[in-house]
Amino acid sequence: MAAIPGGADHAHDHAHDQPSGIMRWVTTTNHKDIGSMYLWFSFAMFIVGGIMALVIRAELFEPGLQVVDPDRFNQMTTLHGLIMVFGAIMPAFVGFANWMIPLMIGASDMAFARMNNWSFWLLPPAAILLSTSLLVPGGAAASGWTLYPPLTVQMGMGMDMAIFAVHILGISSIMGSINIVTTILNMRAPGMTLMKMPLFCWTWLITAYLVIAVMPVLAGAVTMILTDRHFGTSFFNAAGGGDPVLYQHIFWFFGHPEVYIIAIPAFGVVSQVIPAFSRKPLFGYASMVYATSSIAILSFIVWAHHMYTVGMPVAGQLYFMFATMLIAIPTGVKVFNWVATMWRGSLTFETPMLFSIGFLFLFTLGGFSGLVLSMTAVDVQLHDTYYVVAHFHYVMVAGALFSAYAGAYYWLPKWTGHMYDEKLGKLHFWLSIVFFNMTFFVQHFLGLAGMPRRIPDYALQFAEFNKISSIGAFGFGISQLVFLVVALKCIRGGAKASAKPWDGAEGLEWTVPSPAPHHTFETPPVIK
Amino acid sequence: MGLSLLSGLVRAEMKFNLQEPATELGHKVYDLHLMMTIVCGVIFVAVFGVMFWSVFVHRKSAGHKAATFHESTTVEILWTIVPVFILLGMAWPATKTILAMRDTSNPDITIKVTGYQWKWGYDYLKGAGEGISFVSNLSTPQPQIRNEASKGGEYLLEVDNELVVPVGKKIRVLTTAGDVIHAWWVPALAVKQDAIPGFIRDTWFRAERTGTFRGQCAELCGKEHGYMPIVVKVVSEEDYAAWVDGKKKAMAAAADDPNKVYALPELAPRGEKVFAANCAACHQANGKGLPPAFPPLDGSKVVLGPQDEQIKVLLNGRPGTAMASFKGRLSDTELAAVITYTRNSWSNATGEVIQPSDIKMARE
Repeated sequence: MAAIPGGADHAHDHAHDQPSGIMRWVTTTNHKDIGSMYLWFSFAMFIVGGIMALVIRAELFEPGLQVVDPDRFNQMTTLHGLIMVFGAIMPAFVGFANWMIPLMIGASDMAFARMNNWSFWLLPPAAILLSTSLLVPGGAAASGWTLYPPLTVQMGMGMDMAIFAVHILGISSIMGSINIVTTILNMRAPGMTLMKMPLFCWTWLITAYLVIAVMPVLAGAVTMILTDRHFGTSFFNAAGGGDPVLYQHIFWFFGHPEVYIIAIPAFGVVSQVIPAFSRKPLFGYASMVYATSSIAILSFIVWAHHMYTVGMPVAGQLYFMFATMLIAIPTGVKVFNWVATMWRGSLTFETPMLFSIGFLFLFTLGGFSGLVLSMTAVDVQLHDTYYVVAHFHYVMVAGALFSAYAGAYYWLPKWTGHMYDEKLGKLHFWLSIVFFNMTFFVQHFLGLAGMPRRIPDYALQFAEFNKISSIGAFGFGISQLVFLVVALKCIRGGAKASAKPWDGAEGLEWTVPSPAPHHTFETPPVIK
Repeated sequence: MGLSLLSGLVRAEMKFNLQEPATELGHKVYDLHLMMTIVCGVIFVAVFGVMFWSVFVHRKSAGHKAATFHESTTVEILWTIVPVFILLGMAWPATKTILAMRDTSNPDITIKVTGYQWKWGYDYLKGAGEGISFVSNLSTPQPQIRNEASKGGEYLLEVDNELVVPVGKKIRVLTTAGDVIHAWWVPALAVKQDAIPGFIRDTWFRAERTGTFRGQCAELCGKEHGYMPIVVKVVSEEDYAAWVDGKKKAMAAAADDPNKVYALPELAPRGEKVFAANCAACHQANGKGLPPAFPPLDGSKVVLGPQDEQIKVLLNGRPGTAMASFKGRLSDTELAAVITYTRNSWSNATGEVIQPSDIKMARE
């Protein structure tokens, strides 16, 4: 692979087929540009959602009402959830997919380059709808990100804006996923069979099918809320022959796979990083593929474990408990495989590896609290408490976010052509892991002691842990700015990165120069 | 800061586990959770013991050279099969607990619990105390919430009317709701059941000891979700009989004659109380509301307009808004009182007195 187009062609492209300035980004169909925009967008949304989290934690610093009134508080918890799930984490991994999948499979770009542009540019309007809903009369949706009716039927126009935002974000995700599936299935370089693909591509292939399967379900559910609100239907209104619990079934049929839509690409990133810094191939590649597929399939048949307290038949509770416990098996296989990859390797601990180990350690902790919650009788006590809040933040933050950071540090040299500041990167990791645990570990105890979630004020026995949690949250929030500094420094300059800055890394992306030229693999490489 | 945290950590009220259970089922749940936590903890330590061993021993800086192995079918099968057996071991006690939890047959007393925004209604349907019915509101004063007064020991977990039940009796709780979904939760009794408008669900408990047990609404139900606690007072059988007696007498005494004709000075103070308990959370004690979601009543066109219109709003609610129907929640006298109060308070001065008979007519 000698003939990789270099810098000269790069400039040439700019002159001929691309406008400059802002129009370059508006009209781009290049997977690297679009990937970068996804990543910046998700980081911006991460900051917005993070500020909302800090408003929540500021209010909960002490008993009593200090910072916001209860209605605003509920708006904050709702938007924090929606923005972090749909605006920050999902687009972050789509950004990784855009940048890395073509580079990993030796494709010149994504399959549908123009649709790729469109699926990105749908995101900002949705983000604007969500954030400006705070300013309309009645404020934003205040029903929790799960949007349960009949409460959602009571809200003002902020709820309609949230519903439209969810529609738009859903369309964007579906288009992105169609693009990823098509790219992976059709555009692999000659000789790259499916079972030779980097695991990151496998995890995204599986995730993309999940997205295509469940986003329309969510769109249907919120549309039914919309018509219940404005057009006199009674899908979820018992007085008109509907059933409020029906919404919960539909929502969680989407909602549980959604958890894996977030987690599975995170598994993929970690499966790239751990072998690279262990200098040893991934242990059990095939079993990783099968385990990931099993998790995806199981995710469709466990949804009602979010609803143990709605009053379903005993047989239903038993079935959903057993099905949920089953997920522990493929998840366990993955954790064991990662540990076995490290075993007898030659380990170094650059920032991507630190975040991956942090992921492994804390995600597993979140997995175990999930296993505790799968027990119906225990879950009935812990449902809708801070134990659940702690559980899913271990999965979402220490899981998905830490993995996204691992990926960002791992591929920053490829994206920018410079090495990032290792000292600052490590500082970012250690601050994050300490403050993360300070924020969320104590929330397990709050839940066990009986503190419900989504309350702006609480009884006095919860005061100490809430104080610790709030201090941790501010520390965690401020630590994330270190990453911004590292990323900006890395873009502006720093030590030149070679084509393959990590000696243990494997894959086609390391065969192109750093920074990756605007166009790569115009002639597909041949894999033996 | 650090010091106050440290002193906080050693304070006795910091709890690291579930509340001390007061029912047999509660003990089962407590033990199940403890067993799960210990088993998970042991596996966690074992797996990450291996990982950290690797982190310390197999590091490049210690000169460790990477091995090249990357699969082993035997190991893969082993770590798939072994967890299956561990999970089976966990599923057995979990299943037994669920079956016990869901057996609501043969109750001694049946109580219907209705969730409203934002209070609980209790109706004793069957067994000792049948016929008793009351509403239970948060009793923590507003100044404590607003940080204008120091907070009492049971801040946010105290109510005006506690649910009283006898010790050792099987209490079946039927849950439903008048507006949105709520959840009736008392941790020490190991009971949590969603209260769903239009549907009835059930759960049960049998308290082993007397005492006062506190819980909260566990399903987000709007603005005041954090302010609808549950207090269950478990008393001896004799005390319960005495309470039933007293409660029934008090209810009989408080029953209103629906045909009585009231004068303004008599009805307005009654209306003020009804307003404080049912309306002030949204429309505010000063009648200014929290626009635009919760409109003001002071100077409102509806309140100052024809009385029939206002009665209709209170009876039927305003679908699609937070304004609920009070048809089933308030009596004719209470509705008459609160409407009279709103028409003669703040800057409103219609001088009109709405009679219970007006409400009765509107209902028909």
